[in-house]
Amino acid sequence: MSNATAIIAAEGPVRRAPIALLQVARRNRGVLIGLVLVLALCVVAALSPVISPHDPIATAPDDAYLPPLSPGHVLGTDELGRDQLSRVLWASRVSLPVALVAVAVGLVGGGLFGLVSGYAGGVTDLLLMRVVDALLAFPALILAIALVAALGPSLRNAMIAIGIVAIPVYARLVRAVVLQLKQMEFVVATRSLGATPLRLVLRHLIPNLMNPILVQVSLSAGFAILAEATLSFLGLGAQPPTPDWGQMITTGRTFLPNDPWLAIVPGAAISITVYSFNLLGDSLRDALDPRLRS
Amino acid sequence: MAFAHLLELDNLQTHLKLRRGTVRAVDGVSFAVDGGETLGIVGESGSGKSMTALSIMRLLPRSGSIVGGKVTFKGRVLTDLSEDEMEAIRGGEIAMIFQDPMTSLNPVFRTGWQVGEPLRIHRHLGSTASIKAAVDLFKKVGIPEARRRVSQFPHMFSGGMRQRAMIAMGLSTGPSLLIADEPTTALDVTIQAQILELLRGLNREYGTATILITHNLGVVAGMCDRVVVMYAGRIVEEGRTDDVFAHPEHPYTWSLLRSIPRLDAEGHEPLKPIEGSPPDMMRLPTGCKFQPRCPFAIPRCSSEEPALSSVRRQQSRCWVTQSGTELAG
Repeated sequence: MSNATAIIAAEGPVRRAPIALLQVARRNRGVLIGLVLVLALCVVAALSPVISPHDPIATAPDDAYLPPLSPGHVLGTDELGRDQLSRVLWASRVSLPVALVAVAVGLVGGGLFGLVSGYAGGVTDLLLMRVVDALLAFPALILAIALVAALGPSLRNAMIAIGIVAIPVYARLVRAVVLQLKQMEFVVATRSLGATPLRLVLRHLIPNLMNPILVQVSLSAGFAILAEATLSFLGLGAQPPTPDWGQMITTGRTFLPNDPWLAIVPGAAISITVYSFNLLGDSLRDALDPRLRS
Repeated sequence: MAFAHLLELDNLQTHLKLRRGTVRAVDGVSFAVDGGETLGIVGESGSGKSMTALSIMRLLPRSGSIVGGKVTFKGRVLTDLSEDEMEAIRGGEIAMIFQDPMTSLNPVFRTGWQVGEPLRIHRHLGSTASIKAAVDLFKKVGIPEARRRVSQFPHMFSGGMRQRAMIAMGLSTGPSLLIADEPTTALDVTIQAQILELLRGLNREYGTATILITHNLGVVAGMCDRVVVMYAGRIVEEGRTDDVFAHPEHPYTWSLLRSIPRLDAEGHEPLKPIEGSPPDMMRLPTGCKFQPRCPFAIPRCSSEEPALSSVRRQQSRCWVTQSGTELAG
């Protein structure tokens, strides 16, 4: 290996995240399938205006209650004659961004809590962790519902509520890893090189957190989608006429005896999405666990 | 150099506040290190060796604080510096090497990048330049295939290689003082010898003063110009290594020397362990702290603590030798 390539290779402080993810995916089939599914869902969400056969909001009372596989409507139509396939596709543009924002809120909020708590220790740790415990004391969904009820039902508030609910998970995860890292001599060693505490945390500790966080992000994205669907199902998320999976189930529920596909189609969409994220998260956890690595 | 000494500790006192009470981990320690010199600090676990080193660096654990005395480095009082000024000293002027090479490197960074970190902090080098410098440093500390090694992660290094990498990191900025806190304790014997040889060579070549903290008297004998023997947070004996080893003037040093096997021993002298156990730092005895374990103790030892004062060619904290009695038996 020539000098130049070695230096370029050594320059990346961490195995650059996306590349590392691809390497893991190549070795682990679960990660690969999960990754492909999640990416496919993202592509579907991005392209849904192009690939949807119909306008998801346009009603056509004459075509109402068409069963799946009807000509022109592969997944049938709903009680107002709207194309189910188009609605399901468009609804992914609600669910995926909500999951993204909620995870970001949870990660940033919980990450900060955990970092400060773990690194500072002492009274700071005690106080912050009691706040986290308080959040954790409520069942996640009940807390999200209560928060949205307090903030007012809207998609934005649903995102915030789901994000807040995710905070304790990240706070505890990050704190636990930081406490573990603090035992290692490189923390004092890095300080002894003249690194400021801020540099130590940002450049030396945070890269150590990437693996567990990556796993948690995939898992909590699955939870966020489920939570968003639940909130919308209860009328606390996306408001009509925006197509949304949870909301479609609410409507479809009424027609369950005669036209079950109205609820089954969006339900399947939720299942597939949550399954994709969970598969990715679970496989990543196995693939990145050093104890299981051969 | 305009200063009397490179590093001078004057009556340094460091306390650890624990739940069970306060431990005087370092209690009135004074010594000096001159440029290019190698000073050994020996003592058993809990004698305050590492706390002394961490006090110099001002990197004490949360429970610890310097409550008295001062540390002067190149004429600057470290104990009075701001945290910012101290950060410029750490890694720039004083470097430190730690005991456990397995955890003293960050597992997620390539070694070359880590070894270049002090240069990025203190010399403001860019990534590429710092890693190029790391290649040269790796060669200097005897890591073979330096160019390939810089792009490897710590888990691909053996213990000895990691310790070499740590030394490379410490030396990168050309500090005038290197503090090595038990650098060879976690390594096996042949690797120990290599690391010590490396430290000795670097000390000769670059004139970096070294404080070598260890509980291994053999290491001190082979490496150090002078030695400080610590017990219960105090210095009990200090002097030139040759003098201290040939004629220990404190019963603790005397007992330590008799408890290690020697190849050149005459006849079959049995090894003598030191009686009793290390002192409870929460409940130190009055008078001389070593007196309960001391085979030479006289009544005065349990009532009054002796000061460190000249005995023969070194300093000793012992009533018996200060009164001119020879240690023998």
